[in-house]
Amino acid sequence: MRLHVVTGKGGTGKTTAAAALAVALAAGGRRVLLVEVEGRQGIAQLFGIPPLPYAERPVADAPGGGRVFALAADAEAALLEYLEMFYGMRRAGQVLTKFGAVDFATTIAPGMRDVLLTGKATEAVRRREGAARRGGREPADRPYAYDSVVMDAPPTGRVAQFLNVNAEVAGLARVGPIRNHADKVMAVIRSPQTQVHFVTVLEEMPAQETLDGIAEVRAAGLNVGSILVNMVRPPLLEAPVLAEAAAGGLDLDALVRGLKAAGLADPEATARGLAEEVRDHAVRVAVEQRIRARLDEVDLPRLELPLLPDGVRAADVGALGARLAEQGVGR
Amino acid sequence: MSAEEAAGAAAPGAAPGGAPVFDVDALLADRDTRIIVCCGSGGVGKTTTAAALGVRAAEHGRGAVVITVDPARRLAQSMGLTHLDNTPRPVPLPEADGAAPPGTLHAMMLDMKRTFDEIVEAHADPERARQILANPFYQSLSSSFSGTQEYMAMEKLGQLRQSGDWDLIIVDTPPSRSALDFLDAPKRLGRFLDSRLIRVLGAPPATGAFKLLGAGVSMVTGIIAKVVGAQVLSDVQRFVGAFDAVFGGFQERAERTYRLLQARGTGFVVVAAPEGDALREAAYFIERLRRDRMPLAGVMLNRVHRAGVPGLAGDAALAAAAELAATGEHPLAGAALRLHAERARVAARERLLMDRLAAAHPEVPAVEVWARPEDVHDLAGLAEIGRALAGGAER
Repeated sequence: MRLHVVTGKGGTGKTTAAAALAVALAAGGRRVLLVEVEGRQGIAQLFGIPPLPYAERPVADAPGGGRVFALAADAEAALLEYLEMFYGMRRAGQVLTKFGAVDFATTIAPGMRDVLLTGKATEAVRRREGAARRGGREPADRPYAYDSVVMDAPPTGRVAQFLNVNAEVAGLARVGPIRNHADKVMAVIRSPQTQVHFVTVLEEMPAQETLDGIAEVRAAGLNVGSILVNMVRPPLLEAPVLAEAAAGGLDLDALVRGLKAAGLADPEATARGLAEEVRDHAVRVAVEQRIRARLDEVDLPRLELPLLPDGVRAADVGALGARLAEQGVGR
Repeated sequence: MSAEEAAGAAAPGAAPGGAPVFDVDALLADRDTRIIVCCGSGGVGKTTTAAALGVRAAEHGRGAVVITVDPARRLAQSMGLTHLDNTPRPVPLPEADGAAPPGTLHAMMLDMKRTFDEIVEAHADPERARQILANPFYQSLSSSFSGTQEYMAMEKLGQLRQSGDWDLIIVDTPPSRSALDFLDAPKRLGRFLDSRLIRVLGAPPATGAFKLLGAGVSMVTGIIAKVVGAQVLSDVQRFVGAFDAVFGGFQERAERTYRLLQARGTGFVVVAAPEGDALREAAYFIERLRRDRMPLAGVMLNRVHRAGVPGLAGDAALAAAAELAATGEHPLAGAALRLHAERARVAARERLLMDRLAAAHPEVPAVEVWARPEDVHDLAGLAEIGRALAGGAER
């Protein structure tokens, strides 16, 4: 597997999951490129570094000498690079910029932007070490420049359209170079070496969007990799207690006795407050179980990452990557 | 802030830190409030908030309409919306306090392509409209131009406002790739349609524009033809030729809508969740709205966690739990105390993040809504959120 596309509903921690996946894949001395495509500078924020330029920069080390590089892909820069690579037109790019054609192509021309962004990621997938960058043939005997590429892709609701670049440009260009470029990009995205991973949390709406997104991505003929459940809370109470609490039958007297034994002030009122918390928690756990059961219905491998109560910092990414490695990522 | 409000600081309807309280009920009850725009980053409950505001507005006797963009299916179903049809549909409201609410609520899902088509039809003669609607370039532009959804949401808002049929219009903004795209989209489309490139492409080869600009132009058209193909170029040229006549109308409408957003009677509600990313986005929204002189009504902090025993600190709870564990007795109390410590920790972290926002924007009114263990997907749930927003929740 060489191209990992990571999507998820807003707020599910898609960028964190993509970065953790990149670290896990880089373990054992491999090189992995983490690409973001939405201009949000999410990777820079996560790693606590200045905004990334349109250049591949090392951002993290992985166990065993592995390295993760990051790139903030930008449609305008990708277009200029594309013109230069395939047409040797550096000056043309400047003229086009002057005429607003680059703005036109990247912001306005439907689908163009997505073709350029996915094109950048697939170019990195295909790239070989020491390849002549300027449109030259890549020497097939050389090793790949990156062992894997991880793309922090647009949110679930938009990902199928984003990846299905062929369909996007089909209405616009039936023939011609852009169409050829799109075909080439699509060949990589559709190939067995590409997988789309869905990040979700155990809440109803993100889970529903995940299931809808999986169906959409499959309908577009793409491969789904895994469901990555993020921000999983550790079980804080044992099942019998939860069942009792959910049924509204928590033993309040036992709770009061316990609080008294611990010497806490105002045990009755405290017990009522705690019972309320336990009930909320029990309802929450029941909802999570229902959601897990629904996610079970699609037969996909599942990865899990824990909730970090204090938020994710740069130093946590390595640990999250290790959690994914424990679950078999990178093996 | 009044003493009463200060005392209610730990109750629903309260604001973090020292920020003034965002009085949602006052905003909805004020007959001069005619437009409410809900904005915020993805996943913070924007659509739910817009719908809850609509239900609450009806309880205040308003005739409200909610424009939603791509709502979650169950939420849409709960409001009786089954497909995109651009037509406000009446929402059957639940009874409040045993009586039907005095106002009404309608809801619609935005169909961006249809809205775009309607503008073309309104501004071009039938023959030209037919040409534009049939053009392949127009078809791509109207259905997938990044920003069309934002633009059309604003256009629809303008249309509904102008119709005069609605007492209060509540708009749920699309989950934009970059914050507040919906403010930029009309301008961006305008800039594109008015750009030099488009002028040049639209001009027949023999006219003055071509001669004047000389070799640069033929080079540009040459490159475009080479890169995108001659067929795309000719589609674009035909589109621009036909669209030119309706373009002035587009610009004018976009400007009118932009002014409408700045006008008295409009209020922006920034929706956020107490998480780092969402609050960073919220801060950006607040600043951007101020820069564009858009009226910010307040910030709504959604899904705030709080502990059920406010007086019991997390550390104290953990210490007590450890004490019980050492005796090997009262496992239930021990477990409940550990759970409480965890909740207290989450609540404290959220409080810290929200206080930071309040400190950076002390003048912006804010209101908090507690997290619920379950998602809301029915009208009763929306009504409950509406009441919580207004500070009328039972706890």
